[in-house]
Amino acid sequence: MAEEKLKPEQLTQIDYNPPSKGWMDTKPEFRKGTFNYIANPESSKYVDFPYPRKFIPSDEDWKLPDNWQQIIHEGFKERLKKYRSLRIFMDVCVRCGACADKCHYFIGSGDPKNMPVLRAELLRSVYKNDFTKLGRILGKLSGARPMDEDVLKEWFYYFFQCTECRRCSVFCPYGIDTAEITMMARELLNLVGLNIDWITTPVANCFRTGNHLGIQPHGFADSIEFAVDELEELTGIKVDAPINRKGAEILFVAPSADYFASPHYYTLLGYLCLFHEIGLDYTWSAYASEGGNFGLFHSAEAMKRLNNKIYAEAKRLGVKWILGGECGHMWRVLNQYMDTMNGPADFLEVPKSPLTGTVFENTRTTKMVHIAEFTADLLKHDKIKVDPSRNDHWTPTFHDSCNPARAMGLLEEPRYVLNKVSNNFHEMPEGTIREQTFCCGSGAGLGTDENLEMRLRGGMPRGNAVRYVQEKYGVNILLCMCAIDKATLPAVCDFWAPGTEVGGIHELVGNALIMKGEKRSTDLRGEETPAFAPPSEDGGEDSETTVESASSGKGGE
Amino acid sequence: MRCMNFIVSLIAVILLMVIAAVGAQVGLGYLLGVIIPYVAIVVFIVGVVAKILSWAKIPVPFHIPTTCGQQKSLPWIKSSRFESPHSTLGVIGRMLLEVLTFRSLFRNTKMDIKQGPHLVYGSSKFLWLGAMAFHWSFLIVFLRHFKFFAEPVPSWVMMLQELDGFFQVGLPIIYLTNILILASLLYLLLRRLLEPRIRYISLASDYFPLLLLIGIAGTGVWMRYFGKIDIVSVKELATGIVTFNPPGSEVLASIDWLFYMHLLLVSVLFIYFPFSKLMHLGGVFLSPTRNLANNSRVKRHVNPWDYPVKLHTYEEWEDEFRPLMKAAGLPLEKEEE
Repeated sequence: MAEEKLKPEQLTQIDYNPPSKGWMDTKPEFRKGTFNYIANPESSKYVDFPYPRKFIPSDEDWKLPDNWQQIIHEGFKERLKKYRSLRIFMDVCVRCGACADKCHYFIGSGDPKNMPVLRAELLRSVYKNDFTKLGRILGKLSGARPMDEDVLKEWFYYFFQCTECRRCSVFCPYGIDTAEITMMARELLNLVGLNIDWITTPVANCFRTGNHLGIQPHGFADSIEFAVDELEELTGIKVDAPINRKGAEILFVAPSADYFASPHYYTLLGYLCLFHEIGLDYTWSAYASEGGNFGLFHSAEAMKRLNNKIYAEAKRLGVKWILGGECGHMWRVLNQYMDTMNGPADFLEVPKSPLTGTVFENTRTTKMVHIAEFTADLLKHDKIKVDPSRNDHWTPTFHDSCNPARAMGLLEEPRYVLNKVSNNFHEMPEGTIREQTFCCGSGAGLGTDENLEMRLRGGMPRGNAVRYVQEKYGVNILLCMCAIDKATLPAVCDFWAPGTEVGGIHELVGNALIMKGEKRSTDLRGEETPAFAPPSEDGGEDSETTVESASSGKGGE
Repeated sequence: MRCMNFIVSLIAVILLMVIAAVGAQVGLGYLLGVIIPYVAIVVFIVGVVAKILSWAKIPVPFHIPTTCGQQKSLPWIKSSRFESPHSTLGVIGRMLLEVLTFRSLFRNTKMDIKQGPHLVYGSSKFLWLGAMAFHWSFLIVFLRHFKFFAEPVPSWVMMLQELDGFFQVGLPIIYLTNILILASLLYLLLRRLLEPRIRYISLASDYFPLLLLIGIAGTGVWMRYFGKIDIVSVKELATGIVTFNPPGSEVLASIDWLFYMHLLLVSVLFIYFPFSKLMHLGGVFLSPTRNLANNSRVKRHVNPWDYPVKLHTYEEWEDEFRPLMKAAGLPLEKEEE
């Protein structure tokens, strides 16, 4: 498909100079590959999103409700009263341009309206016209313009070309956060029925079945069971993976892609290895079988509706606290929204690691711990045995996912774990990692096929940094802790840095973990590697020595 | 026309200067020297306070700091106190760094695409330097003006003057900030005009305050070094205004038109301020991505307008999937109805 047609050379002919016509006089071109399709009306209806209807954004007629202008105006007014962020971000931008070349979509497309400042100006121009005196008096001179259908189409085009990654907000002298502006704009678009399917259908699925993929409880149980069986084949160990078990100490919530997509799946196997080895008293939930929350990409209300299941399920199952898997936007919700929306979780206890006794004081109110924090603590206290040489076939680099980096500050934990379980970790260049990390280009509900060109463009900065470490250090796997990353970075890597695999931190944890009674000859991907090879001569008596002799053999090569 | 926004702003500022010059000649000294400045001060104070109050009364429903460093999690992992503050003290530190040193702007990078394609990100400090030079010079120049408002001149103003003129030998003393403010304003203007991307995003409301400030600084410098201004009368007017006892028409008439030009531009800046982007001065303190601690998992943030939403409860869910769950051997709350 599109992937075959596109070549890197085609996407790198980028002109960063704006056109001669002013930005108010240019219109977006709804060209295939750059925009997302409108929500399936059935999905919209299921979750009561307004004005469900069928059309394609490249159509002339968007079948808008008659009073759409009034709906937008009233919706805007309401949000200006509810969100201080929106009002301040509308008022204080000085257009200094520091954000201009910080957006991955701008870097990858050169489209000036992908500069965060202009993206915000699309909304701000209407704000000035509708809600400020100076704007009404001075009009265009102060950047004000009335709302019309072209403006609305422009909103749709560009606010679904923002992945809410917040990179620009790191550089803005006033902390103007385009994610916040995009969230508001998408709420307004929703009011007139302009939702995209890649967000709406997962939201509807999640509302109904408990996860974005729409997997029903028995299907969920099947997936987990399948993973348990496969893990037995790989390690010789039958792990326990209980579902909806009341009275467990911990509820574990992971993004649904972990049990249904690849390469997420290897991360799932990693979790299962770890939980088995430490004898964790935990349960999965089929009702809260989704950690991610596409509601975040739609509206505060949709986010709250989906997020509610996690605490509700923790309460029903009577667990003490909640552990969360590898996911990016999921952790934005869990860290910055969950307690406000669906708390207080006063029926839970402050999380305490049953193995190390560490009390996770940083989760005192939400009672939800990130698995990287949990595993880092285990490793720090030597509660698990790991052999990093088992990952010697990998030369990993680490992609900080937008939300854990810029909405959480989870930077060191994964690196600590990674350095413990592998030997060849290399960072990508400064300016592309940690708080300045680049988005995969497909976040915030944009990781679908119809906008592949835009995704690859947006993924260019990340892909470019990967290629740099690939050429310099021989990096062959890009690790990340985000389900959207794992789903979309393979395409980005194939395109910009061919030969790089994508994986999760806990996949490497699972590889390196020395499990009692294990019989392994492959890593979690089922690939035979020297570190897992059976001992050559004096064979070990038990698995542990097997591993050690194997790894020392590797070290001598 | 892309320079339209610039030209309109330029004309507006020139027009203001002409009005002041002509007004001074035709005896509008009272209007220019007393009435407009009073109006400007009132509009500025009322406007700024109203604007900040209007912001402050809007709720902050969610806890949304942008974290630019390591969170505080496990005790053995060093957290970034100011880039990802976990306490109020840390937030104050972060805000001080932001307001006094423009921390975020200091991070600025410049992206370049080289053959390959190969993206490179270089450090880019000019904007930060220009912004720092302008804002700090402006503050010091502003404070130095207190010598016109108080008799005797307060000692801190004298000290500031001495520091500002430290590098100069000879007379009249050239203040460092006078050079810096003009140079930085000129840089900020040229940047807008010459960098294609910045020109593309610049509005008249970006050029106007810049040109206004250039006019203010320019007339101020001109008066100090080249013009012949009756300083005694100016001071009489300044102290008269702050003591609500403006001087008579002889004093006003004895002041040069250049001064009225300066004063009118300042007055317009004051009037324009609360309704414009210049309110970033106040807004930065209230910005929720900067002024909240990264402690949302430690302390509950309450949304005052939170409302109940439609949910899909466990019971409804189990009702829908019960037979399938039973077949899969999943535990149930309720057996068959």
